[in-house]
Amino acid sequence: MATNVARLEMVQEEKRVGQSLTALAVRRLKRDRLTLIALAVITFLLLFSFLGAPILSQSLGVSPTRTQTEKTFLLPFMTENYPHVLGTDDLGRDHLSRLLYAGQVSLSVGALAALLSLSIGVTVGIITGYYGGVIDDVVNWIIATLNSIPSLFLLLIVAAVLRPSPQTLIIILGFLGWTGTTRLVRGETLSLREREYIVSARAVGASPIRIMFSHILPNLFSIIIISLALDIGGIILVEAALSFLGLGILPPTPSWGNMLSNAQTFFTKGPYLVIAPGLMIFVTVLCMYVIGDGLRDAFDPTAKD
Amino acid sequence: MVKYTLRRLIQAVPTLFGITILSYMLMYFAPGGPVAALTFGPNVPQYEKERQAAKLGLNDPLPIQYLRWLLGDDWMRWDSDGDGVSDSSFLLPLDANGDGEPEPPGDRSGIIRGDFGRSFFYRRPVQSMIGDRVAATLELGATSLILGMALGVPIGILAAVRKSGWFDNLTRIFAVIFNAIPVFWLGLILILVFGSVLQVLPMGGRCDSRILVGGCPPLWGRIEYLLLPTFVLATGWIAVISRYMRASMLDVMSQDYMRTAHSKGLASRVVWFKHGARNAAIPLATFLGPAITGLLSGAAITETIFSWPGLGRFAVEAVTAQDYPVVMAVVIIGAVATILGYVLSDILYAVIDPRIRFD
Repeated sequence: MATNVARLEMVQEEKRVGQSLTALAVRRLKRDRLTLIALAVITFLLLFSFLGAPILSQSLGVSPTRTQTEKTFLLPFMTENYPHVLGTDDLGRDHLSRLLYAGQVSLSVGALAALLSLSIGVTVGIITGYYGGVIDDVVNWIIATLNSIPSLFLLLIVAAVLRPSPQTLIIILGFLGWTGTTRLVRGETLSLREREYIVSARAVGASPIRIMFSHILPNLFSIIIISLALDIGGIILVEAALSFLGLGILPPTPSWGNMLSNAQTFFTKGPYLVIAPGLMIFVTVLCMYVIGDGLRDAFDPTAKD
Repeated sequence: MVKYTLRRLIQAVPTLFGITILSYMLMYFAPGGPVAALTFGPNVPQYEKERQAAKLGLNDPLPIQYLRWLLGDDWMRWDSDGDGVSDSSFLLPLDANGDGEPEPPGDRSGIIRGDFGRSFFYRRPVQSMIGDRVAATLELGATSLILGMALGVPIGILAAVRKSGWFDNLTRIFAVIFNAIPVFWLGLILILVFGSVLQVLPMGGRCDSRILVGGCPPLWGRIEYLLLPTFVLATGWIAVISRYMRASMLDVMSQDYMRTAHSKGLASRVVWFKHGARNAAIPLATFLGPAITGLLSGAAITETIFSWPGLGRFAVEAVTAQDYPVVMAVVIIGAVATILGYVLSDILYAVIDPRIRFD
């Protein structure tokens, strides 16, 4: 009896330790003030863009698309320019509400493209890592080819072939950004597939699909979530660059990138238009990078508590 | 070593082949295209369009078209007796449109021999326009990489030597910030401050735009045009190189020979810079390959903001104008440069570090 209790306690003890990578990560994250601040800022930006924009339009009666010929280039933070808190642009459109609607576009394109690229990257990575052989060689050749073309040039030609819209942009960015994740996942799968629990799963007759997606995939959780955070940041930067060059989100749909390219055109008349969109991109990307780094530290099994 | 170089170059061939297929397919399915570009206007009759398409070989099967673009068509249909009428052919029928007359001999030599076709927009061979642009991009790329190295390496060393000190923390913060800052925004702000408000630096261009004859003067006569774009491109390098150098330096500092050098009583400065930094800088050689890709991508944006007449801006303009021969040329040149960069950095790595052997 006593031994059984002891064994039970041992099992519980093991369970606590066994669960702990995710639990540990959460515990570490709760103490990581910088990451928490970044998370708070991102949450605020999301709420501000998705809830704030309609509320703003309703309460102040401003619109991101309505042009007003008599009210162009109104300066920001001037009481006489109320309700245009951040002023207006070259066509008299409200700068603040454009900024928020652009945020909706940029944030959702970034998040969805990152999700797409991640799903492709993880799937291809697990399959190549698990099977190896010819599949691995072919995929490696494709990755080497894609990586040899300067990424922005590749994006430029693809964006030229598929006329850009938010939807095609998500597809383009998703389909061209998966190579990094694939390499990470492939490497991890290569080492996981030799583990004993995978060998025993194979011995009891589990199908490859089952092994890959219910035994290997859960163990990739930390890699996936770190990549997601870093990818969203990176993709928002690339989307902004493409839109800035006129090959991403096209006006009149606002995005932070195309607002900047518009601002460059009217540089001398409305220099203040340059500040806000760039600041939004910068803050968002900075927060995503900080969150990604924080997650990496939190999930690092070798780090001391 | 010659053997190693050759093997690496041969390994690059399938990759290069993949790139040509990928970019040709993209161009093939792109909207617009050569006939639309040559017969622009509402009054061009249908038979004229068909004649142009036949002349350009657009009715041939896709693999033949690809081969023509890649290898040229002067070996597909040629004139062996010099009377101006083609009399021999390979892969292609002599008389493709069935009118009883042989088609004229092929005159393309293919991208493999540097013939990128004619620009739809400028109506000139792409070859003749690319040289100046490559030079302009190299000028900007080289200066920014040199500046990045010149600042990044010492910053990395100092950060490692004073690990967790205020300087280390400061550089870490700056590295994160410059990674997240959009280059085009940084560029615009700099133009706004220095070009528009303070008016101390030009707002863009490679040299005074009023110089019409003879191109730009030598570099030292127009440094002010180079300052802002170089700085914008260099910020990314400084951030990456300093972080990399710091990690590499920390690695080296725990080596036995460093302890030996310290215990012989050498001055710390000598140990760090002579024994440490030299060894820590070796892995930087692996940077060259990725550096070229990064330079070209970064150049597209930076050149556009600063109206710098380089390869990147050329590509952006060509994409907007649907000028596909130019786009293809830039992509292929960029890819070749990248592949050569990777091979070169591997070789350089082995040359600098005698511990690495080729086989």
